[in-house]
Amino acid sequence: MGGFLLKRLIFSVVTLFAVLTLVFLIVRVVPGDPAQVILGDQADAAAIAALRGRLGLDRPVLEQYFSFLGGAVKGDWGVSLVTGRPVIREVLDVLPWTLELTFVSMVLGTAIGVPLGVWAAINRNRMPDYVTRIASLIGLSFPPFVSAILLLISFSLVLRWFPVISANRATPWQWFQSIALPALNLGLIMAAYITRVTRSAMLEVMQEDYVRTARAKGAPWRAIVWRHALRNALIPIVTIVGLYLGILIGNSVLTEIVFNRPGLGKLIIGALSQRDYTMLQGMIVIYTLIVVLVNVATDLTYAFVDPRVKLK
Amino acid sequence: MSTSVHETSNAKASRTPRWLKATIAAFNANKTSWIGLVIFVLVVILALLAPWISPHDPVEQDVLSKLKPPFGNYYLGTDYYGRDILSRLLYGARISLVIGIASTVLALVIGSMIGIVAGYYGGRIDVVFMQTLDMLHSFPSLILGLILVAMLGPTMTNIIIAIALTSIPSFARIARAPTISVKEREFIDAGRALGFSDTRLMAGHILPNIFPEILVMGSLWLANAIRTEASLAFIGLGVKPPTPTWGGMIREGFENILDSYWLVLAPSIAILVIVLALQILGDGLRDAIDPKLKGEQ
Repeated sequence: MGGFLLKRLIFSVVTLFAVLTLVFLIVRVVPGDPAQVILGDQADAAAIAALRGRLGLDRPVLEQYFSFLGGAVKGDWGVSLVTGRPVIREVLDVLPWTLELTFVSMVLGTAIGVPLGVWAAINRNRMPDYVTRIASLIGLSFPPFVSAILLLISFSLVLRWFPVISANRATPWQWFQSIALPALNLGLIMAAYITRVTRSAMLEVMQEDYVRTARAKGAPWRAIVWRHALRNALIPIVTIVGLYLGILIGNSVLTEIVFNRPGLGKLIIGALSQRDYTMLQGMIVIYTLIVVLVNVATDLTYAFVDPRVKLK
Repeated sequence: MSTSVHETSNAKASRTPRWLKATIAAFNANKTSWIGLVIFVLVVILALLAPWISPHDPVEQDVLSKLKPPFGNYYLGTDYYGRDILSRLLYGARISLVIGIASTVLALVIGSMIGIVAGYYGGRIDVVFMQTLDMLHSFPSLILGLILVAMLGPTMTNIIIAIALTSIPSFARIARAPTISVKEREFIDAGRALGFSDTRLMAGHILPNIFPEILVMGSLWLANAIRTEASLAFIGLGVKPPTPTWGGMIREGFENILDSYWLVLAPSIAILVIVLALQILGDGLRDAIDPKLKGEQ
């Protein structure tokens, strides 16, 4: 178990550096001068040279690489070209909004998806199974911004149950109102995914010998499903939840825009439209960090749900 | 399930190519795949016929009839510039399909090549290839695509490259697993004994055997590519206006969502229909060729 975790941790650190290097290379390899891009076509040579100096683009590439890596590790990601504030401050200011949305959506997605998947599996090839499968197929087909817009139209514009702009958490009720639709949007799409995985994992486990043995021994059906079968089906489910977190963070970008909610998504889109080069670099570092941390957390959860991992 | 994908006994008797027979058998194994295929083909035909069947010019502006609701002179209404939504929808399908198909084919070719080479040679090549792709894979594909398009510039070619890059790891993974089992089979040993080169074995003998699996993933990833293109266009990183794209139409319509929400409805439904069709198609085929899932239907 210790060896397993150590190996995963080392791999994560390597991944972190590799992705940072990849990003650094992409930014440098792309034709065009970032200073020129930021200042526009009309800028004079002196202004471009000054900005190049400020961004450190006039230094040798290797030196730039090491200062980028060093900065990334120390949390010094430079200063936003638009607001003049340190990038890390800007990121940390909105990070809780995105984490909150991701977390609530994940809980919602799992809470809806796992029971539905189990229900479909134990009613295989009967009505509940068909309905669940069609529903999850439709859920999987929705691009997150399309479903977000449809939710916005139905619940905010037509029914007027929720505010159009979702960024108020003064009271618990306002907090609930502001997070309900964005989280429902991401949670339902995730549930569609989780339902499918749970269903097929359960179908596989239900055919195992130990489930038959438990049935033969006369164990109650409920205990067989939830204790014997689901416990074992949880391993692929945890993998998918872990993998899905990356997608969830990607989907939250679009959801934040539709619901006009602060977060990393709105920050990265703002940085893109204003050509805030340092901010973009910082955003890439934070996204990489989140992805790597999620992978480590997924591995830790494995060990928790699957005792066999500990033995290795 | 009476039909088998591996029906080869009477292959000699008829002139129908084996892969076509296998494909038809796979479609018949799960009939819902036909529904997906028919809807997809219909969309393709509508997109191809766009110049002839569009009631109006998709970029022609008519300020006098801006923001007209549906079911009047304009079947699906008009946008803020008075452009006909139905015509823009038909032309927009072309962009979605071209970007989706081109990026999927690109990713399928490069990804399968990497996967087959990694699986065939194994050892260090395998470790290096797959670890690198795992790293790329761990990054959220929308954000990776977004960064790439933002840095490369939102042209059609760059969008295709960016979307392809995000799906190469998946194709490599799908091609690698069956390669590992196929390369142990006797006919590969026989080929080797006959002095066939590695390239010939991989291209001529392994690829045809694993191709159905890759193709099924292709249809599922095409759905994903169309979704990603629409998402990028919605963010503002799509093919430049006034060229109509579904994601771009939703982006423009979203600005007037408070009073004219039909602007976003038509392109939203269009995206949903084509993605759903591809999903049904891919799902059905996957069930048919994946022996583990056989009998689940």
